[in-house]
Amino acid sequence: MENEIRKELGTLQSRRWFLRNCGVGMAGIALNSLFSNKTIGANTQNPLSPRLPHFAPTAKRVIYIFQAGAPSHIDLFDHKPELVKRNGELPPAELLKNYRAAFIRPNSALLGTKYDFSRHGASGIEVSNLLPHISKHVDDLCFVRSMQTDAVNHAPAQIMLSTGHSEFGRPCLGSWTLYGLGSESEDLPGYVVLNSAKGTSGGASNYGCGFLPSVYGGVPFRNKGDPILYLSNPKGYDKEAQRAALDTLKRLNQQTLDDMADPETAARIQAYETAYRLQSSAPELMDLSQESQATLDAYNIKDVKETSFARNCLLGRRLLERDVRFVQLFHEAWDQHSNLDKNLRKNCLDTDQPFAALIQDLKDRGMLKDTLVVWGGEFGRTPMAQGTDDGRDHHNRAFTIILAGGGIKAGIVHGGTDDFGFNVVENPVHVHDLNATLLHTLGFDHERLTYRFQGRDFRLTDVHGNVVKEILA
Amino acid sequence: MIPFERIFRLSAFLGLLVFLPTKGETVDFAGDVLPILAGKCFDCHGPDEAAREAGLRLDTPEGAYADLEGLVAVVPGNPDSSELIYLINSEHSEERMPPPESKKELSAEEKNILFQWIKEGGKYDKHWAFEIPKKVHVSKTTHPIDAFVQERLKAERIEPSPVADPASILRRLFLDLIGLPPSPVEIDNFLSAYEKSPTKSIEILVNDLMERPAFGEKWARHWLDLARYADTNGFEKDKMRDQWIYREWVINALNDDMPYDQFLTEQLAGDLLPSAMQDQIIASGFMRNGMINEEGAIIPEEFRIKGIFDRVDCFGKATLGLTLQCAQCHSHKYDPISHEEYFGLFSFFNDTHEAQSWVYSDAQLQEIGDIKHKVSELEDQIKHKIPDWQNRLAHWVSENQANNSKWKIWDTTLQEWEGGLNHPEELHDHSILIQGHPTVTGVTLIEGKSSLPMITGMRLEALTHGDLPFRGPGRSYWGTFAISEWEVYRKWLGEEEWTRVDLQEAWADFNPPVSGLKDYFHHETKDPDRERLVGPAEFLVDGDDKTAWSPDRGPIVRHTESVVSIQFKEPLAMPEGSEIRVRLIQNHGGSSNGRDNQQLGRLRFSLTDSTNLEVPSHDHAVTLALQKPEKDRSGEDSDTLFRAWSKNAKELREINERIVLLESKYPEAKTSVLHTMDTESDFKRITRLLEKGEWNKPTFEVERQVPAILNQLDVKNPTRLDLARWVTSEDAPLTARVHVNRIWQTLFGEGLVTTPEDFGTRAPIPEYQNILDWLAVDFLETGWSQKRLIKSIVSSKTYQQSSRNRPDLQEKDPRNRLLARGPRFRADAEVIRDIALYTSGLMNPKIGGPSIFPPIPETVINDNYFIPEYWKETTDENRYRRSLYIFRKRAMPDPTLASFDAPNADISCVRRVRTNSPLSALTSLNEPIFVESAKALALRILREGGNDEKSRINYGYLLTTGRPAKELEIREINRLIDEQSERLSDGWLDIQEIAFIDTENPPQLPNGISPRELASWAIASRVLLNLDETLTKN
Repeated sequence: MENEIRKELGTLQSRRWFLRNCGVGMAGIALNSLFSNKTIGANTQNPLSPRLPHFAPTAKRVIYIFQAGAPSHIDLFDHKPELVKRNGELPPAELLKNYRAAFIRPNSALLGTKYDFSRHGASGIEVSNLLPHISKHVDDLCFVRSMQTDAVNHAPAQIMLSTGHSEFGRPCLGSWTLYGLGSESEDLPGYVVLNSAKGTSGGASNYGCGFLPSVYGGVPFRNKGDPILYLSNPKGYDKEAQRAALDTLKRLNQQTLDDMADPETAARIQAYETAYRLQSSAPELMDLSQESQATLDAYNIKDVKETSFARNCLLGRRLLERDVRFVQLFHEAWDQHSNLDKNLRKNCLDTDQPFAALIQDLKDRGMLKDTLVVWGGEFGRTPMAQGTDDGRDHHNRAFTIILAGGGIKAGIVHGGTDDFGFNVVENPVHVHDLNATLLHTLGFDHERLTYRFQGRDFRLTDVHGNVVKEILA
Repeated sequence: MIPFERIFRLSAFLGLLVFLPTKGETVDFAGDVLPILAGKCFDCHGPDEAAREAGLRLDTPEGAYADLEGLVAVVPGNPDSSELIYLINSEHSEERMPPPESKKELSAEEKNILFQWIKEGGKYDKHWAFEIPKKVHVSKTTHPIDAFVQERLKAERIEPSPVADPASILRRLFLDLIGLPPSPVEIDNFLSAYEKSPTKSIEILVNDLMERPAFGEKWARHWLDLARYADTNGFEKDKMRDQWIYREWVINALNDDMPYDQFLTEQLAGDLLPSAMQDQIIASGFMRNGMINEEGAIIPEEFRIKGIFDRVDCFGKATLGLTLQCAQCHSHKYDPISHEEYFGLFSFFNDTHEAQSWVYSDAQLQEIGDIKHKVSELEDQIKHKIPDWQNRLAHWVSENQANNSKWKIWDTTLQEWEGGLNHPEELHDHSILIQGHPTVTGVTLIEGKSSLPMITGMRLEALTHGDLPFRGPGRSYWGTFAISEWEVYRKWLGEEEWTRVDLQEAWADFNPPVSGLKDYFHHETKDPDRERLVGPAEFLVDGDDKTAWSPDRGPIVRHTESVVSIQFKEPLAMPEGSEIRVRLIQNHGGSSNGRDNQQLGRLRFSLTDSTNLEVPSHDHAVTLALQKPEKDRSGEDSDTLFRAWSKNAKELREINERIVLLESKYPEAKTSVLHTMDTESDFKRITRLLEKGEWNKPTFEVERQVPAILNQLDVKNPTRLDLARWVTSEDAPLTARVHVNRIWQTLFGEGLVTTPEDFGTRAPIPEYQNILDWLAVDFLETGWSQKRLIKSIVSSKTYQQSSRNRPDLQEKDPRNRLLARGPRFRADAEVIRDIALYTSGLMNPKIGGPSIFPPIPETVINDNYFIPEYWKETTDENRYRRSLYIFRKRAMPDPTLASFDAPNADISCVRRVRTNSPLSALTSLNEPIFVESAKALALRILREGGNDEKSRINYGYLLTTGRPAKELEIREINRLIDEQSERLSDGWLDIQEIAFIDTENPPQLPNGISPRELASWAIASRVLLNLDETLTKN
């Protein structure tokens, strides 16, 4: 009996037999390789093979700029002359009904913005003068001034924005995107994360895959040392030695595959080959020396080796160009409980020009139309001062985020707040609504992009979320 | 009566029915019908009363047969009169069920099943998993697992696989039982024993492996996933915690084969066991492994509630295999667990303190016991010496009680931490509790009106509380506190500004001698010259915030109340409407890390108008005991009073001195544990159902209860211990099944129920419920022995089959759910790393102890919101401990383990996913510990593997894959060695770097071996450690 089986196996040439017949389902934990690989054939259900969404998408890829720490909407995007007028006064009592701030006593003096705002572009959208470069692009951008979220502390609110839930353990938007669409890149991960400041409050869970298989998690590219962990060969090796070792490994594993016919072995062989390719594709990606001086100047990159938001913006564009599905930039620098003026100026200096350059660059390359761009933090900041007059507390009732490209209406403002930037009074957009809308641009009905876990069909928007149709182009 | 119009439509529809295919056989409710109802109907017609539409309930027969205004959903035996059948087939989209917008359309087959089911009587059975498991009779001669599998395979016309070759069986057992591969000697011994008697040799081997301490380490890992064990608190601060002693408890319990019912009981309610020992307190740390938010400005109650949700979730996964979380916001959609029942379970965990206790070594426990014993002997001497001690004590108590009335507790109006990092909470007794952010520098700010027209002084009580570390009274690492300055202000009615009140003097019940700050609290930039001091109460009012009052009475006795009172320079008139403000400046913490705060955790102020203030005459614990009516005094209070009285008796001076001396010898604990503890009587908590599960929306009070669908809990006012007994009782339908299933999953890669966290109505029906039930009943009947259970499974032919895949199996059963071949899957993260450490000979086999810090790239460390300054890479002999001991930092998942899918302890995890990604390939190729292992493996092969390349390669294969090398393999490795050897000679590669872990200190090489040979072997060893077979349980 056994001999017969072996013979049969031999004649079947198990490898090809495997390729033809051994598709393993999505949740099929066995056959998983990080990157899509078109060589494996369309009928094997590699969890990262490109897939079509529910309907025709307007965005094919995403660059999500997470301004962590929570930027002040009042000083940057949501101009409130009345607040300036009432600077130093106490807030109206009816505003504070059932309100609890994070740090400050609610009944703290109002703090008008110290910065001038100007109208720009054909749309005439008002932006703070702290952002001269973004100002030039208002006609490309959509400002949602009526964002709301549930949590008022950083870690839960960041996790809320990232995963649609303020408790840890759920997949983030990038992971859902990869789960839904797969990856187009053969040599790079489908979801790459870049950081240009300290670690975020929400930590690795901000780009974690939660209960989805770990191939859907964000892969941090690091600005110093190996861009991907353990990318370099051990000390003393050269490329030829690595190739020779991997060739040997491949032939030995091939023999195991021929013998055991385990689809997982095939996936492993593939994973080592992709790892090898990654050893050249990742350093190539990080090497900005091929970029022109004009490009570096446009992004305001002073030193191509130095970690900066500017450098990450350019790396982001390079990743998108190389078919990476989802790029996420984290910049945890916006928590201005104090030193508001100094740090806000610094942050704007660091981020304004590069972001504007990214928009322009994507536009120039014809990519903006199908690249979804998101700029925003986990909540906003209070119109009341924290301390005397140079700080603001957390505020989850109203804040602004910017969207662009990928089927988002350009040059518009959506929603609005009261005279203090305190409450949303027009077209509220909850984080769930935002996420539903982002998924919509990617071609997903957010209610149908689900994953069965613990007997329940989970989704990014939990049981909430309405697509904000008004901002779709 | 059915309206005419409806009859008309019904008949039209009946015509249609003729064309529907019918299935000849009878339908099975649990297998065929329930999945459809649960998946497509229960969302609106299930257990959740809030979501129920049209009053129709389909999860119970009563609901389905109910007459709803003349319409009946299910008329047993009569599908044509059943409204359900009509509606699911309706062509009118506005009445069709499920509604088209739900996107839950029924397939023709599903419709047919429902039709057939009603035709056959529309009977409801209880979901299989809620019935008590029963053993189905099996043949006595065949292993029950094999009997069930053979029967099934026969029916499916599938051949089982032949038994695996002995080397594969051996390695499989090693990896499964102890998580390490066999050594060449062990392989040799086993193969010859196997030749003589396969069955016997396996039995001996299994027994041997289960007796090794490594068994507990291997199996602890699976339980620790479930227990969401980690070494930090999570969230933004992600502060380090001491919890490794709980991990050690799990290892020991598994090695001792503690019966599973006891194993569960001690973890759920060890603290409530009669005369609970330290080990049982540690076990109750199980529930405390969840995350703790200490971000600035949080409201502690919000995250406490979320922590309890996490505990219920963990409890559900561990014991019931039910997704209780689904009933957190509303009644469960699919399983019969109501919202109220959820909170009934919640209440068992809700009425607890966030307790932390010291943990002592055995020797220390002995020492403490000795001291206590000696003290009690001395106390007996006192009683002997003063025969009327009871009268004298009573007299002393009444005399001192009288002195106790000059303080009026201050009912404050504002309790703040300046700047808002903390939100202190006022408790019912006007004491103030500070939790949340551990703040290293700052000010407690309290304001209120005066109830006295004149104030001469104030009193501050530092109180203990079950939510503080070691009951406090402080929040420091030791449960202590330090207050640098005490400032008092007053504001008379109509005044705008606060005016400082001059203070005369401060007296405390305990005044430590002046000393510098412990190193632990030292902070280089804050206090470079180490000027900060702690000492007596006068430091509170000396105008110098570098000096602090810090009443630390020493190990064990420090966790007691303290009191300090201050006298104003002048009596302060407090006309109606006047206010007082107090600022307690706390400037003696360390860095911003939080772990080195010195906050006072619970405090209470009193006011006095007495002009006769004096030094408190006894420890504050005595004062508090004196205040209680006799009937309310605890045993501890009585001891306290006895001690206080005897201290004052002059003739007992010598004995008292001996007691004080003895108690000063208490040892400082070796570590501590977060554990479960019922709330103390003053702080009982009522559980209310939270609307939508939102922490700030409490509704009605909920009694402790368990889901009615499960076995009964027949206890009045049940405790957590009763809950533990309920869940481990013989008629609990799920507990044994759920654990058996997890053990099966560990061995076979997938559970018999493929969703180990969910045995509910939506879980896939297991292919082998008979095996599951047989093993579950057997597990229970034979005393819940986990070792016996594991042994039983691995002794089956089913387990020992060859794992070679076959075309027919790939086609019919690619996931191997019918078990026609043996398990083959990639080993877990920890096992993969341990295989490298072990085969290379680097592994340090020490059991237990604190976690170790593996090398982590700086870029990863710097990605933390708070840089973990304590992360000092372990370089001593602990560097190569088993992977179980890697420090688990929640905000910084270990990159090696994470790349091989180890979960991150955010929530309880009972099923790991397995992926093969290029990132894991890069890790096992290039991560420092793997690289060091490859180098060490090369050296080991050259030392032990014989003198020619062939035998060395063979030896390398034995070490890594557990079998000798084949011809092709020898050729391949040989070729790699030859080629690279030449390149090494030619200088293309760096011999030293490739060969040696530490190029400064190269190891002694075997005779005749050159560094170049070692280097070429290191290259080959790196390949061996990355072989599919090395990484896989074959």
